[in-house]
Amino acid sequence: MSLKKKQKAGTYEVASQWKLMWWKFKKHRMASIALPIICIMYLLTMCCEFFSPSLPLERYKKYVECPPTPIHLWDHEGTFHGPFVYAKEIGRDPETFRKTFVDSEDEIVPLGFFVHGSKYKFWGLWETDIHFFGAKESGGAYFLMGTDSLGRDLFTRILYGGRISLSFCLVSIFFTFLIGLTLGGLSGYLGGIFDTVVQRAIDLIMSMPSIPLWMALAAAMPKEISQLRQYLLMSIIMSLIGWTGLARVVRGKILSLREEDFVTAARLSGAGHGRIIAKHMLPSFLSYIIVSITGSIPATILGETALSFLGLGLQAPTISWGTLLQDCQTVETVAAKPWLMFPALFIVISVLMFNFAGDGLRDAADPYK
Amino acid sequence: MLGNYILKRCLQLIPLLIAISIVIFVIIQLPPGDYLTTYIIQQEASGLEVNQSNIVLLTKQYGLDKPVYMQYFYWIRNIITKGDFGRSFQWSVPVSQLLSERLPATIGISLLSLVVTWGIAIPIGIYSATHQYSVFDYVFQFIGFIGLAVPGFLLALISVYFIFTLTGVSLTGLHSAEFLNAAWSWAKFVDMLPRLALVVFIIGLSQTAGMIRQMRAMLLDELQKQYVITARAKGLKEKKLLWKYPIRMAVNPMISTIGWTLPGLISGEMIVSIILSMPTMGPIVKRAMITQDMYLAGSFLLIVSCLTVVGTLISDILLAIVDPRIRFGGVAE
Repeated sequence: MSLKKKQKAGTYEVASQWKLMWWKFKKHRMASIALPIICIMYLLTMCCEFFSPSLPLERYKKYVECPPTPIHLWDHEGTFHGPFVYAKEIGRDPETFRKTFVDSEDEIVPLGFFVHGSKYKFWGLWETDIHFFGAKESGGAYFLMGTDSLGRDLFTRILYGGRISLSFCLVSIFFTFLIGLTLGGLSGYLGGIFDTVVQRAIDLIMSMPSIPLWMALAAAMPKEISQLRQYLLMSIIMSLIGWTGLARVVRGKILSLREEDFVTAARLSGAGHGRIIAKHMLPSFLSYIIVSITGSIPATILGETALSFLGLGLQAPTISWGTLLQDCQTVETVAAKPWLMFPALFIVISVLMFNFAGDGLRDAADPYK
Repeated sequence: MLGNYILKRCLQLIPLLIAISIVIFVIIQLPPGDYLTTYIIQQEASGLEVNQSNIVLLTKQYGLDKPVYMQYFYWIRNIITKGDFGRSFQWSVPVSQLLSERLPATIGISLLSLVVTWGIAIPIGIYSATHQYSVFDYVFQFIGFIGLAVPGFLLALISVYFIFTLTGVSLTGLHSAEFLNAAWSWAKFVDMLPRLALVVFIIGLSQTAGMIRQMRAMLLDELQKQYVITARAKGLKEKKLLWKYPIRMAVNPMISTIGWTLPGLISGEMIVSIILSMPTMGPIVKRAMITQDMYLAGSFLLIVSCLTVVGTLISDILLAIVDPRIRFGGVAE
């Protein structure tokens, strides 16, 4: 229904704030493209065991550093086979003695949906060997994005890495939210010395360059800890520096709301500080918080990947997009094996999509537009 | 009036600087083991006799037998009075020596990036705002989005990769191999220019993207205001009208946010110079962080943060000169 029709039908006037936001959000072209893509990416990475053709640690020893195998439907003679990739013939370059992979003319690896492959435990719950898409015969050399220096399928690793990278930013945002909301809220509501201290702390953090500060904190992190603890510690480190933006937004909103009549009324009726903030103030600026959070997700993704890329964030064997990119630290590797840059594509797409969605949300949350 | 304002701002800085130094001291102390134990381990590892009198000397110099807060005072005193930032274990030289070798390049490149960022962002922002929804506006907005989404280190990698595959030249480092140890000459300078331009461009791009958006939004807001309509109604030429008021208003927030732009640029400089192996602080600070060579890492953070604070001060003073309302204690923003 268009806006005019809604107005006529009378649904516009009675629509809730969230409904109005949702209508406006849907009208934002880039954002309405971005949201489904974000959902797809989360779906792919959440169920990465099922969607990946192989396992993240499974090594194809014959196919070390194999370039991506493009998917074909018709062969050289034009006969239709359904999706397939050409089998690889392994040779040696007579000059450089490097391994070479050449498409064999007559041997193909047929691909299909819901194929049986390596066994895995879906979400650690039940065991199965069904993969969404892959080589029909188990062990077939199908590498959508090539393999790494140990012969592991890169696409599989990207999906598993996405699970870490994309969930990492949510966990980190959760901590950011916790700190920013508490400190910003209290600072705006209480005012006085507490406000001054928090504001100076924000000034302090904002005047320090974030990457070296993250690096220093990450460097001080103990080295021998479990993957889960490292993940949590890193997300806390990111939020320790990232909360300032949110706190400023929250404080500004609370300052302007504090003088509103409905807050005074609540106070006169004997409501406590916590109740006034949570029940009366929070709902009226929740949309701004959501906008601010969506806006800070890209920065978190970029920060995590940059740190992991430098070897100071998440460490191998944890797979994240940043740790995957560690393989292309030098120009020489990148020039010889450009497909190792595929994780970067996923980083850029996810950051772009979150930016678009954030823009759409900001426009939607602004009632004066 | 202006003098008073500057004095007031300078006094406000002192607590901030003290707070920064405390935070960094805490960071330096975070990894297990202190200065001395690391030093002894390192000496033993390299097969050297641990000199007892040396240890006593170091203990005294850094107050290592005293409680932590006294150590902080010793640390600060050494920095302020002697310019002694401690020792780098990894390089076995005083930190101040490493800093004096590499810090000027870091700061120079960062400042150059700032200038380039402004030089690109302000004209494009003005163009985009005055030609809203034109083809170029969309093009610039698209480039801006890419600049925001592609992290600096990726951009560095990709551009070096393309330059390498297309021309076979590896554009890493600030000088090519034949000029590396040569004395300064015109040829060396010319050789450096494309490399410098690449670094500055890559560092500046993400900042430029954000700045174009900001400039465009600010100017669009200004252009809707009534004084613009009045001026236009009076028959003022479009160009003169634009330069006289709205652009000045739109540039103001850019000056006032130097304090946040600078840390961003230095962060960017650090990562990009690691990839491009520039002779700046980036690569050595990264290694210092990995090996927990905390005095080197901490000193870099300290200096850079202090410089940022000073940069903010300068921007505030500039703003007071540009905007009389601030000078006379009126509106803060």
